[in-house]
Amino acid sequence: MTEAQIYDALTEVFQDVFDDDAIRLTAATTAADVPGWDSQAHVNLVVAAEMRFGVRFRTAELESLHNVGDFVNLIASKQQGAR
Amino acid sequence: MEQLPWLPAQADLGAALGAARRLEPAARFAEAVRLAGFRRDFTQTGRIDRLAADGLADPALRGGVSPALTPLRLAILSSHTVDHLVPAIRVSGLGRRVALSVHVAPYGMYRQALLGEDPELAAFAPQLVLLALDARDAPIDLPLDSGEDAVEAAVQARTDELRTLWRRARARYGAQVVQQTLVAPDPLLFGSFEALVPAAPHSIIERLNTAIRAAAREEGVLLLDLAWQAARLGHGSGLADPVRWHQAKQLVSPVLAPLYGDLVARIAGAVAGTSRKCLVLDLDNTLWGGVIGDDGLDGIRLGQGNATGEAFLAFQRYAAALGKRGVILAVCSKNTEAVAVEVFEKHPEMALRRGDIACFVANWNDKAGNLRHIARTLNIGLDSLVFVDDNPAEREIIRRELPEVAVPEVTEDVSDYPAILGAAGYFEAAGFTADDAARARSYALNAERQAALEQATDITGYLRSLAMRMTARRVGPAELPRVTQLINKTNQFNLTTRRYTEADTARFAADPDTLLISVRLADRFGDNGLIAVLMARPDAALPPGELLIDTWLMSCRVLGRQVEEASLGVLLDHAARRGVKALVGEYRPTAKNGMVAQHYARLGFEPMPAPAGAEPDSLTMGATFWRYELRAAEAPAHYIEVEAA
Repeated sequence: MTEAQIYDALTEVFQDVFDDDAIRLTAATTAADVPGWDSQAHVNLVVAAEMRFGVRFRTAELESLHNVGDFVNLIASKQQGAR
Repeated sequence: MEQLPWLPAQADLGAALGAARRLEPAARFAEAVRLAGFRRDFTQTGRIDRLAADGLADPALRGGVSPALTPLRLAILSSHTVDHLVPAIRVSGLGRRVALSVHVAPYGMYRQALLGEDPELAAFAPQLVLLALDARDAPIDLPLDSGEDAVEAAVQARTDELRTLWRRARARYGAQVVQQTLVAPDPLLFGSFEALVPAAPHSIIERLNTAIRAAAREEGVLLLDLAWQAARLGHGSGLADPVRWHQAKQLVSPVLAPLYGDLVARIAGAVAGTSRKCLVLDLDNTLWGGVIGDDGLDGIRLGQGNATGEAFLAFQRYAAALGKRGVILAVCSKNTEAVAVEVFEKHPEMALRRGDIACFVANWNDKAGNLRHIARTLNIGLDSLVFVDDNPAEREIIRRELPEVAVPEVTEDVSDYPAILGAAGYFEAAGFTADDAARARSYALNAERQAALEQATDITGYLRSLAMRMTARRVGPAELPRVTQLINKTNQFNLTTRRYTEADTARFAADPDTLLISVRLADRFGDNGLIAVLMARPDAALPPGELLIDTWLMSCRVLGRQVEEASLGVLLDHAARRGVKALVGEYRPTAKNGMVAQHYARLGFEPMPAPAGAEPDSLTMGATFWRYELRAAEAPAHYIEVEAA
């Protein structure tokens, strides 16, 4: 997947988890920008992203996810690794 | 692995969810109920929950949904994070026909919530309390070389603590308690040798679960047997995923939320009386391989000798076992009746026999009409039926024509049918009594009575010929479970639909001023068991010397047998002996009990205005009140020999 494709797919994941089609993501989007992105929603996002992209995040990686850019980079690196 | 394999898949659930958001609130709720019936992952489940939120909060918005949902308040007291599971519990509730309000006590505070003061919980007034505990909480930590006795003592101490909590929940809230069994979170220490070491972690957890189950049986507590689910689902299913535990103290991953939610919701449904009652089976390629009309008795595949025949036999055996458990069995098939019946009577490998089938419908009419006929004949609602058919087109038709009927999605291999039916949890129980075990026989006898009725020239002659004997007595301890079960699952012949826990019925039974009466009926065909419950008591809204009939319900199996008249006679005898002047009957309409709207009028009660101070619930339900003066009254006539004690 290209970075743009990952952004598109991740946007859908966010829209589904928060049930909000208006959500648009940039690399700098953080929890403060998305209403409802609390710690519980964060776990839901992680699990939904794992299912969507067929990857599994390591425990330590979960702690490094501070914004959407971190999410996308991590997914991209895992998909690279899988190739 | 598919979590909800019995639910049909909807091709574009995402688009349907998006469209549903734009509907009016009432239509949105109805759409949420419909979408809850499809296979869904946890994100989709969360979206359905949002669609349903307004309707769950406001009964007026639920009015268009039929059958109506039973409201129920569930409190979850947990030792692990459960907030992410609540949407899935509510959404499965829609499928199980309960409108759940869910209160989650602060994580890890379950002892304080029950033993101390928890004003929020008290204000919530739970009807159901789920103690969702995990094995890491209050672990039994003994030296590995501890002996059996030390382990047993520690297990007993922990079980006793749980008993205290259960009793507290019951005493304080009158709530039905549900205890979650413990899932072992860590891998084995010893491998297969583990169980031979009494103090090894898995040994302790297994022993503790055994003790919890035994204690629950004694205390009238229900189980959410997550330990059994863990054994079935296995590693990697989303139960006790270490990453989710370290990240958020989740015992159940969001991935597994739809299944966990359903396990909880089906227990709530069982408690609310919405579990299904009847399994309706297609015949050709469902109970045997091939088409009996074409292949003949010798041509169908059934029984030992080949794998396909074994698979059909195994499904029949599972259905027969459900019958022995008290699930009513019926047949609905496109066939010539005589040809279909012959298989049940003549084929040597059949596990199901004609006498196991309470209602046998084989004809060339459409199946929707036939399912309606089955529900009518058995006196149960369409929403009590589960219909198993190998033909996807027939399944689709029934789902569309009769959305109340549960139609499990099945694979093309009958070997999978028992597992799918078992996983679906349609017949979740909140009790099991001798009457359940005898039910299959009892329905078969009803078929014989029906035949006798068709032969009799007049109804009086028929009723006389039954030689009915009724036993009516004040409810004693041995009858409490069955009486409570009837109170909670009878929907149609139920004048007030008041639901009571076993603790409540025990209190009523012990109260000398309250008449709590159980009614049994036997006839020349056999014993129907405990089939009716009546409760009359003094009420603050009535003057002294008058009794309110708080509860009057009856199993529809004995409709049209004059049990109502004979029961009233029993009530009148009791009342007369106590110097009671009048009985006041109450009818509280629900979506299901229209058949008894004129019950009191038929028995000679006079309509009266609602007494000042009647229960607010009764007034909001639009209750009607009826009065029967003992002075003027002559007990209604009937053909039942009554033995009252």
